[in-house]
Amino acid sequence: MAAVHFSLPLPVLPQGWSAEKDFKSIGQLSPATQRNIEPVGPHFLAHERRKRHQRTFSEDDRIQAQENVKKVEDDDVGEISEPEDPLMLQRDAKDWKGQDHYAVLGLSKHRYKATETQIKRAHRKKVLRHHPDKKAAAGSSEDDSFFKCIQKATEILLDPVKRRQFDSVDEAADVEPPSKKQAQKGNFFKLWSPVFVAEGRFSKTQPVPRLGDDKSKKEDVEEFYNFWYNFDSWRSFEYQDEDVPDDNENRDQKRHVERKNNNARKKKKTEDTTRLRQLVDDCLAGDERIKRFKKEERAGKDKKRLEREAAEKKEKEDAQKAAEEKERLRKEAEEASKVEKAEGKKVKEAAKNAVKKNKRVLKSSVKDANYLLPAGEEAGAKRVDQVLNDVEAVMAKIDAEEMASLAGKLGGVKVAEEVGKVWSEEAKRLVGAGKVKEGELKVIGT
Amino acid sequence: MSSQEEGELSSPEITAIGISFGNSNSSIAYTSGEGKAEVIANEEGDRQIPSVLSYIEGEEYHGTQAKSQLVRNSKNTVAYFRDFLGRDFDSIDPTPCHASAHPQKHESTVAFSIQDQESDAQNIVTVSEITTRHIRRLASSASDFLGKKVNAAVITVPTNVTEEQRVALSEAAKKAGVEVLQMILEPTAAVLAYDARPEAKIKDKIIVVADLGGTRSDIAIVASRGGIYSILSTSHDYETAAGVQLDQVLIDHFAKEFIKKNKTDPRKNERSMAKLKLEAEATKKALSLGGNASCSVESLANGIDFSSTINRTRYELLAGKVFGAFTRLIEEAVRKADLDILDVDEVILSGGTSHTPKISQNLQRLFPPTTRILSPSTLPTAIDPSSLSARGAAIQASLVQEFEKDDIEQSTHPMVTVTPHLRNAIGVMVVSEDVKKGLFSALVEKETAVPCRRTGVFAVPRDGGDVIVKICEGLREIKVSKKEKAKINGKPASDDSELDSDDEEDEEAEEIREKVWKVGTVLAEAGVKGVKKGGKVEVRIKVEADLGVQVEVREAGGKGGVRGTLEKARVVENGSA
Repeated sequence: MAAVHFSLPLPVLPQGWSAEKDFKSIGQLSPATQRNIEPVGPHFLAHERRKRHQRTFSEDDRIQAQENVKKVEDDDVGEISEPEDPLMLQRDAKDWKGQDHYAVLGLSKHRYKATETQIKRAHRKKVLRHHPDKKAAAGSSEDDSFFKCIQKATEILLDPVKRRQFDSVDEAADVEPPSKKQAQKGNFFKLWSPVFVAEGRFSKTQPVPRLGDDKSKKEDVEEFYNFWYNFDSWRSFEYQDEDVPDDNENRDQKRHVERKNNNARKKKKTEDTTRLRQLVDDCLAGDERIKRFKKEERAGKDKKRLEREAAEKKEKEDAQKAAEEKERLRKEAEEASKVEKAEGKKVKEAAKNAVKKNKRVLKSSVKDANYLLPAGEEAGAKRVDQVLNDVEAVMAKIDAEEMASLAGKLGGVKVAEEVGKVWSEEAKRLVGAGKVKEGELKVIGT
Repeated sequence: MSSQEEGELSSPEITAIGISFGNSNSSIAYTSGEGKAEVIANEEGDRQIPSVLSYIEGEEYHGTQAKSQLVRNSKNTVAYFRDFLGRDFDSIDPTPCHASAHPQKHESTVAFSIQDQESDAQNIVTVSEITTRHIRRLASSASDFLGKKVNAAVITVPTNVTEEQRVALSEAAKKAGVEVLQMILEPTAAVLAYDARPEAKIKDKIIVVADLGGTRSDIAIVASRGGIYSILSTSHDYETAAGVQLDQVLIDHFAKEFIKKNKTDPRKNERSMAKLKLEAEATKKALSLGGNASCSVESLANGIDFSSTINRTRYELLAGKVFGAFTRLIEEAVRKADLDILDVDEVILSGGTSHTPKISQNLQRLFPPTTRILSPSTLPTAIDPSSLSARGAAIQASLVQEFEKDDIEQSTHPMVTVTPHLRNAIGVMVVSEDVKKGLFSALVEKETAVPCRRTGVFAVPRDGGDVIVKICEGLREIKVSKKEKAKINGKPASDDSELDSDDEEDEEAEEIREKVWKVGTVLAEAGVKGVKKGGKVEVRIKVEADLGVQVEVREAGGKGGVRGTLEKARVVENGSA
């Protein structure tokens, strides 16, 4: 905020007033009230900036001012403030081929990078200073040679074709490749980078790949060298042509000069190509990255081979193991089935034996019980036949288990009546179960 | 449509406008290349777009077209819905919607039952959906005008807006494809609109912002300190002082006239009432501009045409009560801020009703002559009051549109906005250093947000020499003194008491009220020695956020000078708002 002016005068310092450094701190501010301020407006934004970045007023002012200044500076980049070489001012416009057009316009810092606007501006500025009319007004001689130089420089630099021709032979923009001595000291990238940047100006394809640094990837490095070995240059050497004589001179002479110029151009172009190739070769030779990549590649190849071999070996082993496992399983299965079969046979035989045994028990039980007749009575053949028939019939009707239980029951008794009881019970059970018709068992059933 | 919108949203290009979304009218504004806020007219050429939507057979009408549907298609016309947004049905006042679609309870919000499709079915449309449609129409008008898709906005809201209402509004706008960059309060938007004018000078001042709208009036007292605004108090009115009350005065007047001639009351018939209401509003606007206005309605009631004229004096007489309510409302707000009428440096009239000349005349009488009344009838350079908040919003939009959303949120966080404000003014004694004899010149006004810095340039005694700069706190007091009666009406003072109550009004009018400074705590003293004849002394006071004070005193243009620091004071939590 602007300062406020007060017209009423300040009071006079009373007699005897004194304080350290002329300042006396007496009171304290009254406590403040907390309020919300409204988050709108440019002044709030300034307040917010200060508060969030914890800047004081003066800091914020300074930072804002710097930001504003920067913008102006960007605009000013095109302005020319190069000192003029007094020797250059003496130049004659006739000798325009030997003149450094960029230096004449004060653009020697920019050179091939200078934009058209910069050239125009530089021209204007130079014209304002060196116009012959101005010089005449200042009283000095009407020497307009440097003005002509300026005009010539502008003419060339504003014509894209002529500018290229000049740029082609603009040695001031070249960067010398490092000598062997320098290269030995290291600093490879720092030394070579600007060389390639400068050479890159002649490339028809833009942008030109950079040299990169120690950490560049293999592809990038390869791309870089490929690019430079297949460099497509627009550099030409017309600018250094000998002047072709006017028409009115000897025609043969003229043709001769033209031919000479052409040859010279071609020769220079070839020379330039070889020079560039040599340059790239030198760089490649000194490039540690290439060596490293080769080593890595070799290590990679070896690694791959070893890996492959190991993998093959492993595969073989695995196959063998698998076959063994299979064989083992098959054998096991076979054995198991054999055992099973044998077991089955045994059980069956045992069952058969048991049945046989039981049958014997049954038959013998009736026999022991005197064919279910009271003791002392002689069993006739008929009776024996009947009883045995019944027993056979019962045996035919019941299964092995029932037979076993029946045999158990019969085995436990010896008395004839009880044997008869067991048999009749069994007969009843069978009749009840519907397995035997009533009356089918003639003796036992009773 | 949706994919297109998504595509628009993902693009980094932000085109932001300012939207003033009012209960009765809305307006939209943008900031031109030169940083000047301009109000955008919609397709119909309206800068004041009625916040009304109307539907006929699935066709949507907006603005003035929709407003005229209030006569014939009132059931499918939604108006005055802004205040319903983000509120539950129990807390809303449905009175303004009497003549349009009625609000009804729907889940937790408010909705309207309207035929917005071609079919005859009644659809329930929530208030947030209505808002989305309204904002979409506003944004499309702005997009058509600017030739660029508008995808962001700064929207103004009343001072008593709740957090739910903010959220609801932000969501509704987002659905309409408009990102709400920031919501700013209507009074501050109005102040900003004035302060952003190139000719405006940033001064410390107390501003009364009277936002007189169609259905409500909001008063805010704003302390503007070096371009930073703090709201000191607010007061609101929804019943007695708003545009519709003025309309009602005219409606009643014309209805009475109609009854006199035709024996029917047009207010009894809904349609007649709607017609009369529209016309009365037009008449009111005409009366703000000219001394006479006519009101004519075809087939007002029973097929009888009505035509009548009214002059401004008559209107002002009829509406005297309503005008009085406006003035009282403002007085109340000033009182609430613990201020006096004399403290007010500026009155900004905002909102459509502010066009009424009588209101500003009343205010001119209320406030001292030094107070500037910024309204079209008192100041020719005043900005159109109905577009003030939209302009303010547009300016804010241009300021914040480059920021990230997060950045804006952080900047408007209470951490940043809550700031200690000085309770008393800080100033320098002039003429004499004696507290009794000297005069206090305020350098930093009270209610200034800290940190702040102010510079004052003081004159010195004629011959220069050594001077003392005494810095103290100042308390503003109102000195009431009576002028000598004899000088005014030639009567001796003793006569007065006999006349009693009749004269009391006179007596008050003759009271002279003055703002005077009383010196409070003395803060510091500094001596400046050997000031040249005719020289000046520059005093710079810087109050830090922790209430430490830095003082720098030196001869203007000179080097060195005296510097000193004062101790910190404590900050009192939540002062009276």
